[in-house]
Amino acid sequence: MFSYRVILRVFFIILVAGAGWSTLSPGASGQSMSQKETAVPATREAGLAAWQQVYSVLTHPRCISCHTATNYPQQGDDRHRHLFNVVRGPGDKGVPGLNCATCHQGANADSTGVPGAHDWHLAPLSMKWQDINDKILSSPEICRSLTDRSKNHIPDGLLKHHQVEPLVLWAFQPGRSRDGTARALPPLTHDEFVAATRAWVEAGTPCPKNP
Amino acid sequence: METYKLTVNGQQKEVTVDPGTPLLWVLREDLKMTGTKYGCGIAACGACTVHVAGIATRSCVVPVSLVGDRPIVTIEGIAQDPVGRAVQDAWVSADVVQCGYCQSGQIMGAVALLKSTQKPTDTNIEESMGGNICRCGTYVRIRQAIKSASQQLNSGGAA
Repeated sequence: MFSYRVILRVFFIILVAGAGWSTLSPGASGQSMSQKETAVPATREAGLAAWQQVYSVLTHPRCISCHTATNYPQQGDDRHRHLFNVVRGPGDKGVPGLNCATCHQGANADSTGVPGAHDWHLAPLSMKWQDINDKILSSPEICRSLTDRSKNHIPDGLLKHHQVEPLVLWAFQPGRSRDGTARALPPLTHDEFVAATRAWVEAGTPCPKNP
Repeated sequence: METYKLTVNGQQKEVTVDPGTPLLWVLREDLKMTGTKYGCGIAACGACTVHVAGIATRSCVVPVSLVGDRPIVTIEGIAQDPVGRAVQDAWVSADVVQCGYCQSGQIMGAVALLKSTQKPTDTNIEESMGGNICRCGTYVRIRQAIKSASQQLNSGGAA
């Protein structure tokens, strides 16, 4: 896990540094052009690289466990079915008597090991990132789902969602399990995740082709 | 240690406890309201269920610091509610209880269900009550009592 995170970090730094160099170069050569004119259009290749960074976070257990295609959420790093017979319910918040809020409060409960954030709930089925057998969808499949304008308001909606949505923010501060151990974090920091999302959106939200 | 002001069954209570103390222990140890039971301590059995702002809540995993100003209703206060009264009456009529240990949580779960679903189906009951475990196996009578309470409430028979 550590080496994987290091590799992703290095890749991310190279990506951001490259984008920064290409943006700053015209100014450095003394051209008096506006900010808009100096901006070099993001390339499809850079966008695809940024997307892979985004994908690495979306498919992390802290994120994808609530983007199921089934009638239940998952939990733990192994994404096992949520205990206690928890079901999705009509509003993606469980059912009366067994809502998400039956246990999940507005913040992490580290003394009891229950994670929490404002309005804890499952992502709707339209945002599923797994198949009905709990297999994670491929990078092209999730990319196509995210860029489906009938489901998302790309680019503003998605970028804002990644920036401020409490449940997204929770994934980067997931608290501690009942045994006191810190929950595993996604492979990027939140700032890096937002930057990658922005880079992908500015490149026109390109999606990789099917393998 | 911190001091918290709680509204429990309509009454103001004040406790001074560690912020991480589960609500269950505040109720039982500090407020001496022992109707709410400790079962598993990990939200797996439902014996500790109370209502927090109307939501059935596992008090064994909710630190008191996260309750805020939301009103709490426990089994001791549920009879003040017409739905709670109907459920308790139905429980008695159906002779649901065997050992009784889980029944506080069962009743709190059933009231939460009936408050949002007036005529629950078998599926509604199974999904909503599926997290409330009864080692005596009184599930058949629990289902019967929930349906009986539903019928009474829908016929205008609530107290």
